[in-house]
Amino acid sequence: MNPLIEFSGLSKHFPVRSGGLFRRTVTPLRAVDDVSLSINSGETLGLVGESGCGKSTLGRLLIRLMEPTGGSIRFDGQEITGLNAKAMRPHRKAMQIVFQDPYGALNPRMMVEDIVMEPLLIHGAKPDADSRRLVGEMLKLVGLPTRARDRFPHEFSGGQRQRVGIARALVLRPRFVVCDEPVSALDVSVQAQIVNLLQDLQRELGLTYLFIAHDLSVVKHISDRVAVMYLGKVVEVAYKRAIYASPQHPYTQALIGAVPVLNPRVRGRGKRQRISGDIPSALNPPSGCRFHTRCPHVMPICRETLPPLLETAPGHGVACHLMTQTRA
Amino acid sequence: MNGPELVPARPAADDAPLEEEFEVAAKRQAPWRMTVRRLFRHRLFLMGLCLCSIILLAGVFAQLITTADPVRLAMRWRFRAPGVDGFVFGTDNFGRSLWARVVFGAQLSLYIGFSVVLLNAVFGTLIGAAAGYFRKLDNALMRVNDAMMAFPAILLAIAITAVLGASTFNAILALSIVYIPRTARIVRASVIVLREMEYVQAAVAAGAGHWRILRRHILPNAMAPLIVQLSFLFAYAVLSEATLSFLGLGAVPPTPTWGNIMAEGRQYLVEAPWIITIPGIALMITVMGLNLLGDGLRDVLDPRLRIQQ
Repeated sequence: MNPLIEFSGLSKHFPVRSGGLFRRTVTPLRAVDDVSLSINSGETLGLVGESGCGKSTLGRLLIRLMEPTGGSIRFDGQEITGLNAKAMRPHRKAMQIVFQDPYGALNPRMMVEDIVMEPLLIHGAKPDADSRRLVGEMLKLVGLPTRARDRFPHEFSGGQRQRVGIARALVLRPRFVVCDEPVSALDVSVQAQIVNLLQDLQRELGLTYLFIAHDLSVVKHISDRVAVMYLGKVVEVAYKRAIYASPQHPYTQALIGAVPVLNPRVRGRGKRQRISGDIPSALNPPSGCRFHTRCPHVMPICRETLPPLLETAPGHGVACHLMTQTRA
Repeated sequence: MNGPELVPARPAADDAPLEEEFEVAAKRQAPWRMTVRRLFRHRLFLMGLCLCSIILLAGVFAQLITTADPVRLAMRWRFRAPGVDGFVFGTDNFGRSLWARVVFGAQLSLYIGFSVVLLNAVFGTLIGAAAGYFRKLDNALMRVNDAMMAFPAILLAIAITAVLGASTFNAILALSIVYIPRTARIVRASVIVLREMEYVQAAVAAGAGHWRILRRHILPNAMAPLIVQLSFLFAYAVLSEATLSFLGLGAVPPTPTWGNIMAEGRQYLVEAPWIITIPGIALMITVMGLNLLGDGLRDVLDPRLRIQQ
């Protein structure tokens, strides 16, 4: 398998200004801090974590909706971090995004046809019969009737809007799509439809997904591999089966332990890790391992040294001192 | 476009309710038509529209609805009360028909109001969009803006006309300079909100340039608060213009404006109160009409207030 997109040392720091007029201090908010991963062609990498852990920021960095503070991104073997708007344009065609909020993602003053056609026009197509036909095919592909084309977004339900958003993302035939919590704003029944649609489209068009979510069961359903983020860091990444069956990092264990189990006989079985407290501020992250303030297995070394993401089994990376130290 | 043949993805099974739901949700209406419908259900807006229409018709058809010369002196007919000798609104200290003068004054007020609104729409949008969209320009533009806004509006207008000299054109210029920073602030505020919208991000992700994003995504959606602001601005402009010409800094007499008719009438407040009262009422009708119009537009167009209804 060859990686379609790989990034290393990727960071995004937002300057946060505080203090008065004179004693002004600028503290960097480390939304994404030194993250390295790769996503293989044709796979779905699920990205989970609490709100505010930087998963959306990471998604936006990858398709260069935001400028990274540091690090590099290679898309299809080509470095894309330093490219200006013009040089970036051909790559834009290959990487798209589906947003969370189906209401904010569509311009309320444009008709569906114009919304879906716009990416084509940006890349030099004319608003002619060919483009119209392509838009019609796209709408059919995402399961919307073709007469949806001359409607405004406010005439649709949330799930239908999300389909329009998907049509817009796919009309350029991208290879890599960032799905930024595409179903978390939808009703549960509609969620399933959209997730299935995304899977069908992936199969048909050979797409590669970065699927961002905080719903572990949705991620389990769609992903090939799963990465877990905590406070701007990836703490664990592994194949889906491995991470759900035997999570290694205490944070992952807690996350997976928190998934409600439907069957009461199975409920409470296995080791269930609980953590308490809130996620610390990314403005002033804990020293050493970011998780040590909430970790039930905290050791002295955790307060001082940041654990690197090490491979504990083939394809299974964990950033935790427990993996290298003898268990206390 | 190339790539594999497009096959509709599993449309039947999980999309069965979609078609029906679509029928129900389908109300074929463009956003602007709904807006117009809601406006016409707004009573105060309709009242404002009526008041403004009276002034607008009077101004536009001034040459048709009055045969009297608003400028030529006729000392024989001085100080006729309203209704006397066939003068509907009476005459002033020079025997000129007050009807003709107020109607032509309306024309000038509207002309100045429209000019100020137009200049504000153009330059306010330009400056506001530049400051809101290109964050690097923001500080420079907005500090100049703040400096201008630190002056009381009418005082600054008086200062500018005092320097440039009294004329209709200079009054328009002064009032525009005074109000453009205020309009720019409003545009900037909405642009800052809109540039973070996900549909703008989607356009960036598709590779759209700044111009396309501004023209297609940001400005059309920033129009609602701007239109509301401009309707109030029209009222301010008419009122400020009256103030300027009352002080002798607007259009030069004998050209009739509501402000200078009132300034002349002030001296005869006791003997001929109608000279100052009638243009005052015209001014009141205009400002009230525009304010009602603006309130109605705000209620209908500004989503932040729509929730409270």
